[in-house]
Amino acid sequence: MRSKVVFRRLLRNKQARYGFIALLLLVALAYVGPYFGAYDWQEKDFMAFMSAPDADHWWGTTSIGQDMYAVTLRGMQKSIIIGLLVAVISTGVAAIVGAFAGYFGGWVDKVLMWGVDLLLVLPSFLIIAIISPKLRDGTWWWFVVLLAAFSWMITSRVVRSMTLSLREREYVLAAVYMGIPRWKIILRHIVPNLASLLIIDATLNVSGAIIGEAALSFFGFGIQPPDVSLGTLIAEGSRNATGYPWLFAFPAGLLVALVLSVNLIGDGLRDALDPGSNS
Amino acid sequence: MGKYLLRRLAINVILVAIAASLAYMLAATTMNPRAAYEGRQPPVPEATIDATLDAYNLNDKTPVLTRYATWAKGVVTGDFGKTWNGGSVNQEMGRRVMVSLRLLLIGTLLGFALGVALGAFSAVKQYKLSDRLIGVTSFVIMAIPVFVLATLLAIATYNLNRGLGFTLIEYTGEYNPQLSGWDQFVNRLNHLILPTISLSLGSIAFYSRIQRNMMLDVLGQDFVRTAMAKGLRRRKALTKHALRTALIPSATYFAFAFGTMFTGATFTEKIFNWHGMGAWLVDSINQNDVNSVAAVTFFAAVCVLAAAFLSDLLVAALDPRVRVS
Amino acid sequence: MSILEVRDLTVTFPGGIEAVRGVSYEVERGEVLGIVGESGSGKSVTSLAVMGLLPQNAVVSGSVKLHGRELLGMKEDELVKVRGKAISMIFQDPLSAFTPVYTIGDQIAEAVRVHQKMAKDKAAKRAVELLDLVGIPNPNLRAKAFPHEFSGGMRQRAMIAMAIANDPDLLICDEPTTALDVTIQAQVLEVLKTAQRETGAGIVMITHDLGVIAGMADRVLVMYAGRPVEQGPVDDIYYRPRMPYTMGLLASIPRVDGEEGPLVPIEGNPPSPASLPPGCPFAPRCPMKVDMCDDEEPPLTPFGGGRHVACIRAHEIEHKGLTGADVFPVPVIPPSDVVRVPRTERATVLELDGMKKHYPLMKGAIFKRRVGTVFAVDGISFDIAEGETLALVGESGCGKTTTLQQIMQLEPPQDGRVVVLGKDSAKLDKTARKALRGDLQIVFQDPMAALDPRMPVGDIIAEPLRAHGRKDVAAKVAELLRLVGLAPEHAERYPQQFSGGQRQRIGIARALALEPKLLVLDEPVSALDVSIQAGVINLLEELKNRLGLSYLFVAHDLAVVRHLADRVAVMYLGRIAEIGAVANVYDRPAHPYTQALLSAIPLPDPEMERTRKRILLEGDLPSPADPPSGCRFRTRCPKFARLSEAERRRCVDEEPSVARLANVVDHGAACHYAEEIEVITASDNQEEE
Repeated sequence: MRSKVVFRRLLRNKQARYGFIALLLLVALAYVGPYFGAYDWQEKDFMAFMSAPDADHWWGTTSIGQDMYAVTLRGMQKSIIIGLLVAVISTGVAAIVGAFAGYFGGWVDKVLMWGVDLLLVLPSFLIIAIISPKLRDGTWWWFVVLLAAFSWMITSRVVRSMTLSLREREYVLAAVYMGIPRWKIILRHIVPNLASLLIIDATLNVSGAIIGEAALSFFGFGIQPPDVSLGTLIAEGSRNATGYPWLFAFPAGLLVALVLSVNLIGDGLRDALDPGSNS
Repeated sequence: MGKYLLRRLAINVILVAIAASLAYMLAATTMNPRAAYEGRQPPVPEATIDATLDAYNLNDKTPVLTRYATWAKGVVTGDFGKTWNGGSVNQEMGRRVMVSLRLLLIGTLLGFALGVALGAFSAVKQYKLSDRLIGVTSFVIMAIPVFVLATLLAIATYNLNRGLGFTLIEYTGEYNPQLSGWDQFVNRLNHLILPTISLSLGSIAFYSRIQRNMMLDVLGQDFVRTAMAKGLRRRKALTKHALRTALIPSATYFAFAFGTMFTGATFTEKIFNWHGMGAWLVDSINQNDVNSVAAVTFFAAVCVLAAAFLSDLLVAALDPRVRVS
Repeated sequence: MSILEVRDLTVTFPGGIEAVRGVSYEVERGEVLGIVGESGSGKSVTSLAVMGLLPQNAVVSGSVKLHGRELLGMKEDELVKVRGKAISMIFQDPLSAFTPVYTIGDQIAEAVRVHQKMAKDKAAKRAVELLDLVGIPNPNLRAKAFPHEFSGGMRQRAMIAMAIANDPDLLICDEPTTALDVTIQAQVLEVLKTAQRETGAGIVMITHDLGVIAGMADRVLVMYAGRPVEQGPVDDIYYRPRMPYTMGLLASIPRVDGEEGPLVPIEGNPPSPASLPPGCPFAPRCPMKVDMCDDEEPPLTPFGGGRHVACIRAHEIEHKGLTGADVFPVPVIPPSDVVRVPRTERATVLELDGMKKHYPLMKGAIFKRRVGTVFAVDGISFDIAEGETLALVGESGCGKTTTLQQIMQLEPPQDGRVVVLGKDSAKLDKTARKALRGDLQIVFQDPMAALDPRMPVGDIIAEPLRAHGRKDVAAKVAELLRLVGLAPEHAERYPQQFSGGQRQRIGIARALALEPKLLVLDEPVSALDVSIQAGVINLLEELKNRLGLSYLFVAHDLAVVRHLADRVAVMYLGRIAEIGAVANVYDRPAHPYTQALLSAIPLPDPEMERTRKRILLEGDLPSPADPPSGCRFRTRCPKFARLSEAERRRCVDEEPSVARLANVVDHGAACHYAEEIEVITASDNQEEE
């Protein structure tokens, strides 16, 4: 019932509609696009180093002769997967930590929130950067875990404060007075009423994670060669941006488009799920 | 009130100590300063390497807790130790702190002031063209990461300068060491332009959206209506009553936004070739320079907590309800 | 000439929602016009339209003339000279109506300076004078305080001070006392009367409270679904209503003097402004409806004697002299079997003995610290017998909600005992506590907040059944829905799709699901409109008698309590001031606080209101963190003020406990100098006789 209402409201929301269309196109480009290109992303064309876009290499080639079109789409796939995984994990952690801290209060709350405070003191970028050299030889999975581990704190604070107010709602009190156990109350009354916040947050975390990945990869702290992501490509491209703009323009443009479309959806979702807010 | 501020300060000092210690442990266990000496041609004897590393308190053969104790003892007395190749971390930090602080302070203040002003303006002009323009622009800017924005600015400036045939806006470095006196001051300012823009544009966009939403939340409230019922014009009611009240939530975001600011500064420094703390972090991680990394972390923690403390003070100054009288 | 003349005012919101559909009235100098109506009747929108304070997307048409000058369509430059100068407005919620970050004095001075050329310090002095005028003690000091440091009553006084700062010709009061407790309401109404005397202004008084209007207004306008349906002198409206809606409204309110039979509810709900019925908007709820009513909306037509009525059967009503009780079906409530047994022979379902609950008092949002202890409930004792309703009454901050929570938690209290159905809450283990919860259920105040918005009604009612492992849930849910006057099909819907009264019925159904013996009612009707209230009150009464329930009824509305309760306990600052059978306490209150409380409640009876003698209390409730020594009421006690120095000593030194009064069975008061007097119907005339 409610989900239908929300869905209808979401479709009526212009930004969300544009966001969805843009995101669908981008995802299609990333996953279907490679089948249309003439080159594989690992292939090297020794006849063309740093060549400008033309009919053969649509988006030009890199300094080692890779086809920019194929490489960029490959990088975009990685960015999208990382964004989704990190968002899901970090929102999940935030929900659990926040709801427990808020509902149980007392020392559970104190310990958890102290941990959150401590993690907020250090910019997460810094910590991941320090750890990353150690993981240089590992898989990119580690990178996902790291990104997720340091991006849930602010959400968990919001979840906690919402739980605190939900805990005092009369329908929660009513459930307590009925003799319903606490874990059931959290699952049945508190988490569903946090759902809108969590959905919105998970969406916005996707774009946060995509940027985070790109930022770390920009300095070589993220995805390691020979694998590519939008971040490594942008880093590569920005070094030669003035002379060979296509190296920078395509990955950077796609990154911005990706983030923008996800943000549009997140904002539209907020309007649809939370009609009271002005965001 | 003073007592509570003191207590708050004490908690912050503890937080900084814990954060810096954690960062040191992390850096000391994950990084390998030995690598810089091992790969040399001709090979350096292991005993020599050990001796050098011992002198810098970087030897991975010493238990990490012992190294930590040495490091912590030094920090308490104000000595942050040695860099990977024996330089003084303190000296390096002395050179770099002001560079970063200059960027951070100007960026933060500009971002907050302009963002709040734009947001308030946007709210007053709700649904008008200017509001929509500001809204769309800030939305797009927030989707552009700093490193893309900075690179774009650098490209644009490069092309502009080439088109003009002379250097109108500097796009690399901090200053031109050949100039002196007034000329150098102007030159320094010129060098500041691009980094400041790329650093503050994001936070202008961020604060303008927050401030606009807060204003609109407040706009519907009774006290704005009361102000108009008294006979104030809409504009006056908005600026005097709504804006002032809506500033409070924006001030609380101050604390959160500073961490992002620090990260942003790292990119800006790297891209525009500034020798600040952020650039140092990246370099020292690549050089396995444990003590430098710990020093940067210490600096970052102090900055973030100072921002949080300031944000608390600001909120207390703005909102009589949270003051303890 | 009239000060204000409103003609055919209509307000349309985006989406074609007509909130106000043709309102006309005028206000003379020194006259009080009362506008009555339930929520959604358009009464507040009307006044905001007059002030030009509606959101910019509202379309206003018609005419609003102030001293003959048209206000609608006036430029902002001109309008700002009128607002706050010629017309002032007092809002309902004085907390949100003041800007939280400026001091009260500054905000009043600002109002002065907007319209008068005056230096800053002179305006500040004027603000202090105004605060003094509305009876704020230490105005010099209080002017420097922020809104959150004022109590509700004080804030409303300050609001009045701000409204009269520029000597306006017209004061619009939008529910000025709705957010306040009765004794504070009495004070504020008194201040309003003073303000009117000082300024000679006309007043438009908007409220849903027919008692307040009876005492204040000269003329009354009744609104329904965005239109006036009846208008006339106050006595005519109250004693000779000619429109079935007005008649029903008057018959549906419980009165503190007990001058009514069973309450007469108006069936159904007010129509939504988005979908009005074709003819008379009241027709679907009207017992006198004939086919012609659906043809067209009857206009407000003159009726003689300055009266206007919008009903095609008005003359017939006049001719036959019909009243609300004649027209609306009077519900038949079956009598209870339990009450035939004397109280002393009935089982005790709830017993409180010296129960205490103290909280640490924290201050500051960012810099938190403990600054003291709140003595929320400080040793109270009472009991409830089977089949009985005990009402716990008192103003906000008296500790009644804390008491109720303490009972519901079934945890050991800090001090004293809570015994539910013979079981001491301190000696319960987990299983026994859960089992006992089935016998003790609660109905909350706010029917919206009490139902999880994400669950269909069927699941909400089934939740306690499933939690206690009952079988045959679906059939039971259907039965419960029928029991509270809803249809079993309603189980599929969500709470948002119901009106306030229906939601409260759902809450009652959920509370009854486990067939409890004791039901705790936390202000169950205070969030509802009057016409809806009556139906819920009748339902509660009927359920009690049919199912043999006992009620602990927590309320601040003494009129509702009189109607529903058998016994009443009056609380003040965490202690019981007076307790006893309803008839005893209401007719012969012995504690000075009860006396003040009862005399403060306005009666929907203009004649009585005009001559009624009020016992006004001084000041505000002291902080429960720092109660006065000895008798807690002495700082505001009118009796204490009259005592001799020697007699006062006892009040200061010794805390009185509830003592049974001589010669009555069920009546006790916690006052050293208790003396039964009659206050509800006491009038100034009587005293002279």
